[in-house]
Amino acid sequence: MKILRATRMDRCIGCYSCSLACARQVHKKFSWLAAGIRIRSSGGITTGFEAQLCLACDPAPCAATCPTGAYSQRKGGGVIVKTKLCIRCGQCAAACPVDAIYLDETNRPHVCIHCGQCVEFCPHDCLELREKPKHVHQGGAGDA
Amino acid sequence: MPDPSFRVCIIHLDRAKGEIVAFGDKNTHIGGSGLAAALFEKYGLPDEPWSHPDQPLIFALGCLTGYFPLMSKVVAGFKSPYHDQYAESHAGGRLPLAMRFTGYDAIVLRGRAPGPVAVHVGSRIIETKDANYLWGANALTTGRVIRRVFPGASGHRSILRIGPAGETLSAYACINVDTFRHFGRLGSGSVMGVKNVKALVVSGDGNMDLPGSSTKKYAKLFRKVYKDMTATEMMSKYHDLGTPVNVAPLNALKSLPIRNLLQTTDPEAQGISGERFGNDLLIRNAACAGCPVGCIHVGMLRERFQDEHRFQIRQVAYDYELIFALGAMVGIMDASNALALMDEVEKQGLDAMSTGVALAWATEAYQKGMLSKEQVEYDLAFGNVQAYKEAIWCLGHAKNEFYRDLARGTLHAARKYGGEDFACVLGQEMAGYATGETFFASQSLSFRHSHLDTGAYGYDQKKHDKNPDKVVAYLVKDERERVLLTSLVSCLFARGVYTKELLAECLACVDLPDLAKNMDAAAEEMQRLRWRMRLATGYVPEKTKVPKRFLEVETWAGKMDPAYLDAVRAAYIKAIYELGAARKNETE
Repeated sequence: MKILRATRMDRCIGCYSCSLACARQVHKKFSWLAAGIRIRSSGGITTGFEAQLCLACDPAPCAATCPTGAYSQRKGGGVIVKTKLCIRCGQCAAACPVDAIYLDETNRPHVCIHCGQCVEFCPHDCLELREKPKHVHQGGAGDA
Repeated sequence: MPDPSFRVCIIHLDRAKGEIVAFGDKNTHIGGSGLAAALFEKYGLPDEPWSHPDQPLIFALGCLTGYFPLMSKVVAGFKSPYHDQYAESHAGGRLPLAMRFTGYDAIVLRGRAPGPVAVHVGSRIIETKDANYLWGANALTTGRVIRRVFPGASGHRSILRIGPAGETLSAYACINVDTFRHFGRLGSGSVMGVKNVKALVVSGDGNMDLPGSSTKKYAKLFRKVYKDMTATEMMSKYHDLGTPVNVAPLNALKSLPIRNLLQTTDPEAQGISGERFGNDLLIRNAACAGCPVGCIHVGMLRERFQDEHRFQIRQVAYDYELIFALGAMVGIMDASNALALMDEVEKQGLDAMSTGVALAWATEAYQKGMLSKEQVEYDLAFGNVQAYKEAIWCLGHAKNEFYRDLARGTLHAARKYGGEDFACVLGQEMAGYATGETFFASQSLSFRHSHLDTGAYGYDQKKHDKNPDKVVAYLVKDERERVLLTSLVSCLFARGVYTKELLAECLACVDLPDLAKNMDAAAEEMQRLRWRMRLATGYVPEKTKVPKRFLEVETWAGKMDPAYLDAVRAAYIKAIYELGAARKNETE
């Protein structure tokens, strides 16, 4: 299965269209935080932008730590989310090594599900949905 | 139906407390320009000076801000230190979305903090922190320090700050927004300064439900607007070379103000053309949050600071207006040198246009012997980049009596030192369009004395018959269309995409069907309200002047026609008084 990668962030202009699209279309929120992809400056706008998103771990520590099975391992990396099972314990966010999971004010987690709906909203083609490179072994970051 | 009132956060600086109020009606005030004027009507003190502690500094969103692409501006409303009358200034950056996600439609600063402070507003926080150690710091340093003082929320907040010019209460100190954007004109920076607010941090840390009753409909309409903004030719100008693309055509039309408007065309202007900037200095683009166009053009300023090969580099945003003011107007015809002046203006927290035009006047006055070396301190001469860099520092810091006077406005200085005839002031320092009588009349009289108030400079560039009534009818109508956009609040660059039909669709989609049907009447009412506030705070349009230098301009269309200019101004003045007349039920 394909995964979302923010491979060309040097081109990012900080328009937040990706975050807004994810919140709007996937999480049904009007937000630039309650989204699977979040944009931050790396220390002021002159230093450019970084994307915070799920790097598609396999095995995924968030899925391993989830006490209810709301997060389960997704084939190809990342997690499958069943919101109804979530008890909002926040363990997934704590387990994530790259701070990719956003907890809103009700402790509801928001994570990238690698659906790629944000990709078409990036005006500079910073994002892409692609297979994890074959030479990356299971457990690798996949962005070699 | 959602609550039609606006949620306003008033910060009482004297006691460091916030007050949340429901104010006005979206169907009437729309937001942005309209909301700011309505808030000024309620909280402003028309008869007190701009520096009175209780004068409000208003930041207002519109009812579409953030909900659709390029609805990405905030309107500031305040009593201006430039003319001590009601004024507006607009900015983008991350502020519109950050404010939207605080849950407030407007933030109003009132009172005066006992000492320098930084104010922080978020969806669940209102705080002020001592910032005495930042007083005197330039706008860029202030941004860096504030990021450390308020850690977290990186990328999801906006930092407004002032430089030294706002502290020395310059009439044209700006508010820097997120490094690259500004509330530029008419001195809002000094309104912050007089309130002892060095910085305002707005954290967009809240999440909201999608607007409107149908999430599907909203997502579909958003997609359509997004495609229009990115896939069509309409926005390519802003996406490509940006506004600097205007340098070459205006130079060809003999409409580029050069060397204090002694010239309107010069082959040397190719050194500061949009193409030159784009090919030699442009390193990246940036966007206001919520805008996929990304019109912010950032150039690299590379300066050698030691004989050995040691360089410092800085990123400096440039635009047409800055190139005109800190390039052509002061005879700097080298793109990198113009960028160096923009960088200095940025640090001082000055309005770029007013600074360039003020220094152009000072240069000519110095050359003519009206100013002494002791007063200007540096050898101001067209093209002398080092002298201008020093002069900009002096202006920001109000270093001596002369620079203090110049910081109060070019005409203010000219009245004292002489040279009113060649002070390029049209209500405030001119914008970069020596296009002809329509623009000169418009900027000298219009609401913000801004090139963005009306499409006057475009009008001049097309063939037109000299019919003052027809021109003024156009100016008034065009202003109304712009008031609608700046109330929603849209970026004016999107005016080609946001047709009335599309705006109606957007308004209906966010559950404002009444406003969708009634937007023209609401916009007209807000246009009138703005003028009422301007007149109530002392505007006498007849007192504005078009200095002689403008009448000496020769454009592609020929020499200026003073009688026609006077006729357009007379008709516009009449229209302004009609627009600003008290409402009938107020006079009865």
